[in-house]
Amino acid sequence: MPESNILPSGKPRIDSLELRGITKRFPGVLANDHVNFDVKAGEVHALLGENGAGKSTLMKTVYGLYHPDEGEILLNGKPVHISSPTDSINLGIGMIHQHFMLVPSLTVAENVALGLPSSRGPLTDLDAVSKRILELADIYGLRIDPSAYVWQLSVGQQQRIEIIKALYRGAALLILDEPTAVLTPQEVDELFVIMRQMTKDGHALIFISHKLHEVVEICQRVSVLRDGRMIGTRPTSETTKQDLANWMVGREVGFTPDRGNVQRGEVRLKLENVQCGSDRGTPGLRGVSLDIHSGEILGIAGVSGNGQRELADAVTGLRKITGGKVTLENADITNLPPAEITERMLSYIPEERMRDGMIKDFTVAENMILREHHKEPYSRYGFLNLKNISSNADMLIKKFHVKTPSQETLAKNLSGGNIQKIVLAREISRSPRVIIAAQPTRGLDIGATEYVREQLLEQRKQGTAIILISEDLDEILALSDRIAVIYEGSVMDIVPRSEATPQRLGLLMAGVHPE
Amino acid sequence: MISELFTMTVLIGILSSGVRLATPYLYASIGETFGQRSGVLNLGVEGQMLLGAFTAFYVAMNTGSLWLGVLAAMIVGAVMGLAMAFVTVNLHAQQGISGIGFYLFGLGMSDLLFQKMMGTVRTVQGFPKIGIPFLSDIPGIGDIFFNHNILVYGAYLLVLVAWFVLNKTNLGLKIRAVGENPDAADSLGVSVARVRYFTIILGGTLSGVAGASLSIALLNVFQQNMTSGLGFIAVALVYFGAWRPFGVLIGALLFSMVNSLQLWIQVLGVPIPSEIAVMMPYVLTILVLVATVSKVRAPSALTKPFEREE
Repeated sequence: MPESNILPSGKPRIDSLELRGITKRFPGVLANDHVNFDVKAGEVHALLGENGAGKSTLMKTVYGLYHPDEGEILLNGKPVHISSPTDSINLGIGMIHQHFMLVPSLTVAENVALGLPSSRGPLTDLDAVSKRILELADIYGLRIDPSAYVWQLSVGQQQRIEIIKALYRGAALLILDEPTAVLTPQEVDELFVIMRQMTKDGHALIFISHKLHEVVEICQRVSVLRDGRMIGTRPTSETTKQDLANWMVGREVGFTPDRGNVQRGEVRLKLENVQCGSDRGTPGLRGVSLDIHSGEILGIAGVSGNGQRELADAVTGLRKITGGKVTLENADITNLPPAEITERMLSYIPEERMRDGMIKDFTVAENMILREHHKEPYSRYGFLNLKNISSNADMLIKKFHVKTPSQETLAKNLSGGNIQKIVLAREISRSPRVIIAAQPTRGLDIGATEYVREQLLEQRKQGTAIILISEDLDEILALSDRIAVIYEGSVMDIVPRSEATPQRLGLLMAGVHPE
Repeated sequence: MISELFTMTVLIGILSSGVRLATPYLYASIGETFGQRSGVLNLGVEGQMLLGAFTAFYVAMNTGSLWLGVLAAMIVGAVMGLAMAFVTVNLHAQQGISGIGFYLFGLGMSDLLFQKMMGTVRTVQGFPKIGIPFLSDIPGIGDIFFNHNILVYGAYLLVLVAWFVLNKTNLGLKIRAVGENPDAADSLGVSVARVRYFTIILGGTLSGVAGASLSIALLNVFQQNMTSGLGFIAVALVYFGAWRPFGVLIGALLFSMVNSLQLWIQVLGVPIPSEIAVMMPYVLTILVLVATVSKVRAPSALTKPFEREE
């Protein structure tokens, strides 16, 4: 770390930020319970925790969006009072929100200038702003075109605007709230390069995440929050991923689920040379042939946008198949309406669980009967049987450990993990013959991920045929019996579990045939 | 020869009154543009215009000062804007419904005041025509563009000012940001509430002027419900103009020209049923909206109340 107290951006350094005994209560919830935390110039300090552990609450307190009920914040050893984002910005604290705070219809320069006084009085001074953006971009290695519109830029580039926005406002300390959640692996690498440069220059960074390998890779210290309490802080070099996972969840976590020995049975679902279009009008699937057997998980690996979505849509009847044939238990289901395919006991765990998996403004109980609502015992002669719907919800909430205040709670008020449990409960409890699971653990924390994977393996044991579509290669490798790699709408190869390595799959995912 | 001259005169007349009749549309639509760019749909424009029209007329008639009339209409419009802002910004009311409420209030209130305070329809001497030196002498062009009263010129100047404010000033940047992503604006210390209060009150003020332009600059009378849907067309024009002042200008001219045409058709006794003629601007509203609305994207936060996530 350089000796100077001035950062390359020309702003003063923050040597330390310390939180002491921060307590924040929401109605019915103790979100932060006497939490201590600190970060120093020149380090990346990870704040780790499950969804709902209180990470975001703690950081929003630092950023002035929440006001703590107890506790104090010390900046360079002196107590400070932060009552609004403006206060924290003035103190040199910046925050990169998980959901970007950008206006898509404005240019990069306009987004940066927003809310700042202009050097030209009431008129905007976008030329001066652009010049300063380019200076900062040069210092920190953030390539960006100030005159580009935000909607034209990739997610990774948009994140860079957020970083520049904070630097422009003189941020010496940056809070990054799950910054890698939306990035491709390449973009994550680029972000890490930028983060390393910033700490070398004397910035202090707080990195919120629940991805353990990232924490181990980029952070010097790590603190773990669980249920609103600080479990502990340690140098990253003295911990392992396994330790951190156990800390976060509060019990032993199995990274490699027990797959057991399952006898593969007859072919349940068969795709023969299936072709269909994509939303962009280009071919989505270019002749895909697959067999999925009873008691088998077939993993579909591939880089996002290579036909995974189209595959799920085609099988479930949501997209018109333009060629080829889909057979479910010897019956031709090609281009049948989705309702009829559902009737043949095909279950679907959709990728966009909030949009396609449930109705946000319906209760937990209602969401649990979405697929079977028109049938006994949930309805008769067109009238709903509320008693049966309610007892079904009670039973599923208990069986699938859904954390919800009641079965009358609206689905949108639950966490991502619990929402996925509702989808799982609905789709699995009907004893399906085939399950299509698309990105079933995306965005879920470790505990929920573990639970979802266990449930899929349990279904496999019961003889269900499962297609697992995932962009998480670790997940594919952990669960699948066979792995089909999809590239530009075609299956490159189908690799048995015993022969699958990340290297081999990686090449196939890039469209390269070994030899 | 004579019939040709006659046609030319009529054409100039149609265009000239078209330019003039765009005035109330412009004030009201530009005001509405500011509101919508900041994310607030104000459907109460018609009510604000009616109250503005009455106030301007009543004050002008009793004080003899047209400018006091305009000022009074602006104040009444601003107060209605203030009420609208409170209801939509602080109380998070559904904007379409509350706007209709304000419309009905303005309609009823202007009628009531008219009955109680005036009783019968009267006229005032409105703003006089001011010919722009030299320009107004150009044959044809002069009469069409450069021989109008001060409020007409003001309306066209307003378009230019609105464009400048929205695109070249810090305030405009804030307005656009608040209408597209209020969370982002809030996170940078921009007060969403303050920006929206400003635009809604500005919109009300300009609607007041729009009303005044009808009652003391164009028609020089006040009658019950004299706007007859003009305020709603002004809202539609904002969509037509894709939330841009110059787009709104084109729309306003289009409608006022059609309106002017139908007036002249009636005046000249062209054998088209007057009901059909009167319908023309309204039918055009629907057709144009159907043709354009799907192609332009409204401000993302339009009609959405803002509340900081807690």
